[in-house]
Amino acid sequence: MEILESNFRPNVPIIEADSIVIRFSGDSGDGMQLTGNQFTDTAAYLGNDLSTFPEFPAEIRAPIGTTAGVSGFQVHFGSKEIFTPGDEYDVLVAMNAAALKVDLPRLKKGGVIITNTAGFDKKNLNLAGFAEGVNPLENGSLDGYTVHKIDVTRFTKECLSGTSLGMKDIERCKNMFVLGLLFWMFDEPMEYTITFINEKFAKKPELAEANIKTLKAGWNFGDHTEMFTTRFKVAAAKLPKGVYRNISGNQATAIGLVAASELSGLAMFLGSYPITPASDILHELSKYKTNNVKTFQAEDEIAAVCAAIGASYAGGLGVTTTSGPGMSLKTEAIGMATMLEIPLLIVNVQRGGPSTGLPTKTEQSDLMMAMYGRHGEAPLPVIAASSPADCFNTILEASRIAIEYMTPVICLTDGYIANGTEPWRFPAAADLAPIKVNFTTEANGPDGKFLPYKRDERGVRPWVKPGTKGLMHRIGGLEKQNETGNVAYDAPNHELMTRLRAEKIEKIADTIPLIKPDSGNETGKMVVLGWGSTSGAIKTVVRELIDEGHDVAHVHLHHINPFPKNLGELLKGYDKILIPEMNSGQLINLIRAKYLLPAIGYSKMQGLPFTTVELKNKILEIIK
Amino acid sequence: MSIVTEQDAVPKLTAKDFASNQEVKWCPGCGDYSILKQVQTVFPDFGVPKEDIVFISGIGCAARFTYYMDTYGMHSIHGRAAAIASGVKAQNPDLSVWVVSGDGDALSIGGNHFIHLMRKNFNVNYLVFNNQIYGLTKGQYSPTSEKGKVAKSTPFGSIEEPFNPSELALGAKSTFVARSLDRDPKHMQMVLRRAHEHVGTSFVEIYQNCPVFNDAAFFAFSEKDTKKEQAIFVEHGKPLIFGNAEEKGIRFDGLTPVIVDMNTSGYSVNDLWIHDEGDKTKANILARFFDSTFNGEYFPRPFGVFYQEDRSTYEISMKEQIEELTERKGRPSLDAILSGNKTWTIL
Repeated sequence: MEILESNFRPNVPIIEADSIVIRFSGDSGDGMQLTGNQFTDTAAYLGNDLSTFPEFPAEIRAPIGTTAGVSGFQVHFGSKEIFTPGDEYDVLVAMNAAALKVDLPRLKKGGVIITNTAGFDKKNLNLAGFAEGVNPLENGSLDGYTVHKIDVTRFTKECLSGTSLGMKDIERCKNMFVLGLLFWMFDEPMEYTITFINEKFAKKPELAEANIKTLKAGWNFGDHTEMFTTRFKVAAAKLPKGVYRNISGNQATAIGLVAASELSGLAMFLGSYPITPASDILHELSKYKTNNVKTFQAEDEIAAVCAAIGASYAGGLGVTTTSGPGMSLKTEAIGMATMLEIPLLIVNVQRGGPSTGLPTKTEQSDLMMAMYGRHGEAPLPVIAASSPADCFNTILEASRIAIEYMTPVICLTDGYIANGTEPWRFPAAADLAPIKVNFTTEANGPDGKFLPYKRDERGVRPWVKPGTKGLMHRIGGLEKQNETGNVAYDAPNHELMTRLRAEKIEKIADTIPLIKPDSGNETGKMVVLGWGSTSGAIKTVVRELIDEGHDVAHVHLHHINPFPKNLGELLKGYDKILIPEMNSGQLINLIRAKYLLPAIGYSKMQGLPFTTVELKNKILEIIK
Repeated sequence: MSIVTEQDAVPKLTAKDFASNQEVKWCPGCGDYSILKQVQTVFPDFGVPKEDIVFISGIGCAARFTYYMDTYGMHSIHGRAAAIASGVKAQNPDLSVWVVSGDGDALSIGGNHFIHLMRKNFNVNYLVFNNQIYGLTKGQYSPTSEKGKVAKSTPFGSIEEPFNPSELALGAKSTFVARSLDRDPKHMQMVLRRAHEHVGTSFVEIYQNCPVFNDAAFFAFSEKDTKKEQAIFVEHGKPLIFGNAEEKGIRFDGLTPVIVDMNTSGYSVNDLWIHDEGDKTKANILARFFDSTFNGEYFPRPFGVFYQEDRSTYEISMKEQIEELTERKGRPSLDAILSGNKTWTIL
C-alpha cells in the first residue's frame, strides 16, 4: 500500500476535537449514503466511537435538484462515548442548492460548509426554490460560516479526462473527491476506502481506478490549495477492549434471528412483505439461507404473518417483520396466535403514522397498538430495542420468551435505530445462552389422552409438532375448553381462559431481570424514564447533568409487557418522573395507569429523534 | 422380496380411524357430510400415517371440517388458510397438507392467498366447497352466486358477475384443476385420490348443496332427470360425450367447441375432442363451459380433472436452493456471521 501522507503541507495546523458531526447532503443520486458510510468505516477503524443516521427521501427518484430529493447521512464520531448522531453538525457537505437549503438550519453557528458550486447554477437554484437571482453562496447569507466553494464536478471531470469512461460515469465519481477532501481535513487515511473500491469494482477495474484517482485528487486538493487553513483530529475513543464491527438496527435484527435459530436449534422462518423501513431485515436475513433460515416474501402482510404462524405450528420459529401499516393488517392473525398459544416473533420497525404517514421518518407511536391493538383481550409480551446493536439482544430475548412461554412477542424498533449504525462489540457465539425448546411427544392426560391446553406451573401449554405419533389434535381461533382445547362456548370457561391467557403473560416477569438505573442513583429528585430509541439522547444528557452536579437518573425500559417487577417501586423513589417519547404520550399512560404515579410527559412528533439540547432544556426546566 | 417384520406390519386404517371424537354439527342434509365421508373413505388408501396429515381451514361452514378429522389441524381465520398452509409446508415439506375452504373464504376474503398459493405451487390440496352462498353468516350472496341472486343482502338481486373458480385457478397457474360434486360419491373419491397423487397445488372445486340457504343450486348436474344433459364427465384420453343416450359429443371446429349429435350430424366418436389433462389450451376452453356460450350455445358443465401439470413445488425448490447454496458456499459459523467481514480491534 502506498504512503499517502508523505506530502503534507506542514504549515496547516491540526486542531484536536473530542467529537465532530458531519452531515453529507446531496441529491439522491449523488452517492451521499456511500460517502458517509465510507467515512464512518474509516473513523471506526481508527477507534472512534460513533453513531450514524441516514435520512432518505420517501421518493426513490424525486426530481433531481429539488428539496424533495435530498438524501442525507449524518455521522457523529468522537474520542468520547457517543450515543446519538448529534443534534447539529460541525461540517455540512452540500452537493447542491437544495441540500444546503434543507440542511443549513441544523449547522452549528460558525460551522464549515463544503459546497459543490456546480450544484448552485441557475437551474439548481431554481429547482431548490431560491428566488430569481438569489444565490446563497454569493449574497452574504452564509456570513458567519466557513464556506468552501469548490467546483467538484469540474475538478472530477478534469481529473478523469482522458480515461475511457463516459461523462455519466465520470460525474458519478464526484462524491469520491469530497470524501478524499474530508479524509484530508480530518487526517484520516484513504486505505480502507481504496480497499473497498477495489472490492466493489473488482470486475470493472476502470471504474475502480477512476474512483481511486478522484479520491486522491480530493485529498491532494486539500493538501495543495491554500483554501484550507485548519485540519481536525479526533483521537481514538477509550472504548472497552475487544473486536468491533459497525452495525445497523436492521442488520442486528437479522443476525439476531440467525442466532436465535442456532441457539434454539429451531428452523427460522421469516414471512415478510416489503415495507419501509423494515425491508432491510428481509434482505439481510435472506443472505443466511445456509444457516437453517427460510425467508418467504409473501403476497401481502397478512400472508406474511400467517405463513409464519404456519411455520411455528409445524415446529419452526416463525417470524414476521414489518412497519406500522403492516402491523395494522396483521392484527387479526396476531390475535389468533395469542389464542393458539404458539411461538411467534413480530418485529415492528416503527415509522411516522397514522396511515401511510411518514414512511422514511421515525416515531414511537405504535406502543399502544403493540399493547392493545387486537380485538378481544389478547395480551402478549412487548419488548423494545434501545439502539442499533440492542436489536440483537432484543431478538434473542423475544425468541426466548416466545419459545419458553408459547406466545407471540412483539419487538419494537424504529426507523431511527433500524437505519442508524453504531460500533458493536459483538459477542462470541459460545457466550450466548442457549434457548430451551421442549417439544411434547407423550400424552399428558388421563388414559393416555393428550390435552393440548393443559398448562404447566408457569401456565404454558405443550408444543406438539404435526408428525408426532398419537398426539393428533385440532387447535383454532374459537374459544377453547380449558385443558382439552375443544371448542367451548360456555360462559365461565371463557372467563377462566381469558384469565389464564393473561396470567401466563404476567408470569413472564418472573424471568425478567429487575430494572436498575442506566445512570444516576436509585432514588433522587428526578428520573428520566425512556423506552426504545430515545436511549442515546437521554443517556447523553443525563450523564452530562450528573457531571454538572444535578440529582437526576436515567431508567430505560426494554420490557414493556410485562414490566420488570420492581419498576413501580423504583419509580416511587424519585420526586419527579419525566417520560420523553416520540409520540403524544403512550408509555406515560401505561405508567400512570399501572402505578398511579404523576409522571410528566415530553412529546416530540416531528419524525426526528430528540436532540440532546431540547431534552436537556426540558429536564432543567422540570428539575428546578 | 422385502421382509416384513411383525413390528413393521401396521394394520391398514379404516374410515372410522379418521373420524375425531367431536360431534359433527352441520345442518341436516348439508353436502358437507358427503364430502367428509368421501375424505374419510379414501384416506386409508393413501397409506399416510394420521400424524403426518394436517388440515388447515379458515372460517365458514366448510372450515369446521378440521375438527372432524382425527389428524393434526388448525381452524384459523377467515380467508387465510392458504397462507398458513404455505408456512406449514415450507417448514415441513413431508406433511400431507389439506386446506378446506368455501366459496366466500377462498374466493372473496381469501382471494389473494388463493391465487398466490397456486402460482407458487406449494404441494397442498385445496378443497373449495362451493355452495354459491354464505351459509355461516346466514345467507348472503357469495362471489360465486349467479348474477341476479336474491339473498339477504341483495333483496333486489345481485348485480355482480360470479367467479368461475376453475378459470381463475388456471389463470393463477394452478398445476391441478378439478371439479366434483357432493352427490356423486364415487366421482369425488376419484378426484380426491387424484388430488392427493398430484405433487403441487391441487385445486378441487366441490359443488356442495346448502339445503338451508341455497337448496338445489346444483341439482341440474346431480339429479337423474337432468344430469345427463347438463353435465359432462371428462376423463383423460376419452372423448367428450354426454346426453341422455350418450348421443352427444363435443368436437373442435378450429379452436371453437361445437356440440354435435352423433346420430344426426354425420360425426362419429372418432371426430370428438379427446380430453387431454396436459393441454392447457383445451383446459382453458373446458373451464369456460360455465356461463360462456360458444356460437350462441351453452355447454354442459364439466366435472373431472381438467388440467394437471408437473412443476417443481415451492417448498422443494426452496429446499434445493438451500442445499445447492450450502454445498457451494458452506455453512458459515455463527461467529463468522456475528463478526461480519469488517471488524476492528480496540486494544
